[in-house]
Amino acid sequence: MEIKKTAIAGTLESSDIQLMISQADSGIAIDLQSDVKKVFGDQIEAVITTTLNEMGVTSAKVKAVDKGALDCVIKARTIAAVQRAAETTATPAWEVL
Amino acid sequence: MAENEERLRRTMMFVPGNNPAMVKDAGIYGADSIMFDLEDSVSLPEKDAARLLVYEALQTQDYGTAEMVVRVNGQDTPFYDNDVKAMVKAGIDVIRLPKAESPEMVQKLDADIAAAEKEFGREAGSTHLMAAIESAKGVLRAADIAAASDRMIGIALSAEDYTTDMKTHRYPDGRELEFARNMVLHAARAAGVAAFDTVFTNMDDTEGFYRETEYIHQLGFDGKSLVNPRQIPMVNKVYEPTEAEIKNARNVINAIQEAKLKGSGVISMNGQMVDRPVVLRAQRVMKLAKASNLVDEEGNYLEK
Repeated sequence: MEIKKTAIAGTLESSDIQLMISQADSGIAIDLQSDVKKVFGDQIEAVITTTLNEMGVTSAKVKAVDKGALDCVIKARTIAAVQRAAETTATPAWEVL
Repeated sequence: MAENEERLRRTMMFVPGNNPAMVKDAGIYGADSIMFDLEDSVSLPEKDAARLLVYEALQTQDYGTAEMVVRVNGQDTPFYDNDVKAMVKAGIDVIRLPKAESPEMVQKLDADIAAAEKEFGREAGSTHLMAAIESAKGVLRAADIAAASDRMIGIALSAEDYTTDMKTHRYPDGRELEFARNMVLHAARAAGVAAFDTVFTNMDDTEGFYRETEYIHQLGFDGKSLVNPRQIPMVNKVYEPTEAEIKNARNVINAIQEAKLKGSGVISMNGQMVDRPVVLRAQRVMKLAKASNLVDEEGNYLEK
């Protein structure tokens, strides 16, 4: 899936994660901010990366601000951000959910 | 109507669909039904995000034995189709249709659910539905709405929209809702589905909440929609049977068993005939008593 514009999903409330996805030349770069980065940073980035891969996103810049989100929340917000960035919100990628 | 194995539906707790903290914790309060909301509690730009959040939560979170319900956006919105598809794919128990005004709307939802079940390989008929009555039109057609689909598990009165439609507002005594409550309740009973009363939003008025809950319990509603988990134990308390009711129910059930053993068709207890309504009521009392932890496995009353 092609990132056409910069898009945000999620909030800065407790248990949520806010993701901003924008275009990149090549590869996936994740800039993660989280109070629990030391313990869960790798896991959070893994969920984001896996979800991006499943959606066929090969190049993107991701800025993530985590407020203690569970994996299911990270996945949901990543999908929402990608669909907004790819302008496919109205035609969701059902197979990725 | 959907196969309604007399499930207890005393409490249906509303949970805003785009709030991860509330979605995550929804299972811990002991509500009989949990209703994730994609409609009024979610702002327009967040409709897609809420749908995805509820979908992913349903895949991974443990909500115990609660019946899982999702209120989708109305059929006149561009979100309805994807809401229904996503929730059927997620394996939700019940889809709640807001602003139901005609049996045709319910039949449309039924058909859309059936198509989604086929598309995503879910068992045909496994997704149930319910309808919220929120207008004068809806109240007047409640009976047709309640009977409009085999998937139907219940209808609910939604008083905020309804009172606005009626050019009034909600009063503490609830008299403005008398007709609607009785219509919804009769429609539900005639169709053999559950009846849910509307929410009570003033958290500070505990006395008013008890008064209203006792009133709808007396009318015969299955339960109440709630916006705050604090109200769950309050509703359960109102629905809790008394010791005398439980002991009587237990005697009725013993009398049936005895009659069965004797091969006798007629059941009598203390010299009086026990007929079907008495038995049904006794079974419901025992079910409520078990849910309230007032009896042990065998149905013996536990002293408090």
